[in-house]
Amino acid sequence: MTKDNCKKLVIDIISDIAPDEDLSAIKPDVRLRDQLQLDSMDFLDIVMELRKRHGIEVPEADYAQLASLESCAEYLTPKFQAKP
Amino acid sequence: MKQTRIVITGVGLTAPNGNSLPEFRKNLLNGVSGITEIDVRFMGRHPAGMCTFDPLKYQKKKDVRIGTRVGSISIYCAQEALADCGLKLDGRDMSRVGIYLGITEHGNVETENEVYNISQFKYDTKFWTHHHNPRTVANNPAGEVSMNLGITGPAYTIGAACAAGNMGLIHAAQMLRLGEVDLALAGGVSESPQTFGIFAGFKSQNALAAHADPTKASRPFDLARNGIVISEGGCIYTIERLADALKHGAKIYGEIAGYCVNSDATDAVLPNPERQTECVRQAIASAGMTVEDIDIVNTHATSTPQGDIQECVAIAEVFKSRSTPPHINNTKSFIGHAMGAAGALELAGNLPSFADLVVHPTINVDELDPQCDIPGLVFNQPRTAKRVDAILNNSFGMLGINSTLVIKRFVA
Repeated sequence: MTKDNCKKLVIDIISDIAPDEDLSAIKPDVRLRDQLQLDSMDFLDIVMELRKRHGIEVPEADYAQLASLESCAEYLTPKFQAKP
Repeated sequence: MKQTRIVITGVGLTAPNGNSLPEFRKNLLNGVSGITEIDVRFMGRHPAGMCTFDPLKYQKKKDVRIGTRVGSISIYCAQEALADCGLKLDGRDMSRVGIYLGITEHGNVETENEVYNISQFKYDTKFWTHHHNPRTVANNPAGEVSMNLGITGPAYTIGAACAAGNMGLIHAAQMLRLGEVDLALAGGVSESPQTFGIFAGFKSQNALAAHADPTKASRPFDLARNGIVISEGGCIYTIERLADALKHGAKIYGEIAGYCVNSDATDAVLPNPERQTECVRQAIASAGMTVEDIDIVNTHATSTPQGDIQECVAIAEVFKSRSTPPHINNTKSFIGHAMGAAGALELAGNLPSFADLVVHPTINVDELDPQCDIPGLVFNQPRTAKRVDAILNNSFGMLGINSTLVIKRFVA
């Protein structure tokens, strides 16, 4: 799992969570909430989908790590790599 | 005491055989059923009434994803009613608009879906959605409408089993008369076919319809009827005080003349003709009318062997003094039982009779049950009436709740 692959998986999830949004030009280093209409319930959806689809757990204390696409990749890639 | 006059000024609906009043009415006059067959979770194929409106006409994809099916039905109907009424909400005091929606039940669909969802994860509740509570609170359908339209007045549901569709209108009339609101969006809504529980419950009760041809499955008053066809749908009206309606030149579909709500206080599921009779009589009296004044009676009959007979007994008793009976029809034969939406939808199907003097029939009566052979029954073919000045709409529900609404032709 590379960081780019990880970003793609996150975008796949966001495309289901926020189906009205144009995700073609997401800026990786800008907070997702600053460029997309995402609220706290949507972030809980992202956490849930990571759990359901990929078996990845994101503890509440780490939610801030999901702020941008870049920080998502930074935080999640090692978790994907650590999966058996 | 002279009561403030309350009128219906807009109709928005979705039924299994129509997504607008003109389409619905056309199909009722042409004998077109909306019943199809669906896959019910754990139960296989069953007849059901499903609606084909486009939720994305008034909602974003994300709102549809987060919300409920009945929320989408409610939003569609409310928006269509406002468009039909011609009232613009821009610049209006939104705190003076009320939303009152009758429901038979709410939350079963969403709860079943989540139980099924976690069953895919060994029943680990960490997979239970955080959307569960906002989806299942009883005010969900009305709340979704308030958020969609930015209405800040009272928005809630009225739980009244299958008497609920009438209850939305009755409650709206009461709130308008009390001066609590200036405009009401009121009616009834249902998403019931999305829950297997209601199918399984009726089946265990030996009250679920079965027929090789789904369009023939709902057949009130027919000797071969064998149960209820479960349907979704919604019908929401704009209801106003007459003076307000006249101010904006509203088209007036009819006037709420009278109503009654009572309870059997006898049995959870078996209807009580004596209480139904009282309910109908009291509704007529509250309209300042006599039985001679009623021209159309829309029956609640759900196509169950016992319930249809009980209602026929009640209606025959009420109208026995008439030399020529009122026209008696039924809408569930076309659309199944739309539960919380039933009363509101069935009224809508008859409102155009004030203008065209045609009474839509009840269909699928191949062999009339002698015990349902009451004078005035309009079956299989529409009938032209000499006069349609008052429509009586019955809706009855479990735990013995009865509601009857009398709508009269609007005369200035």
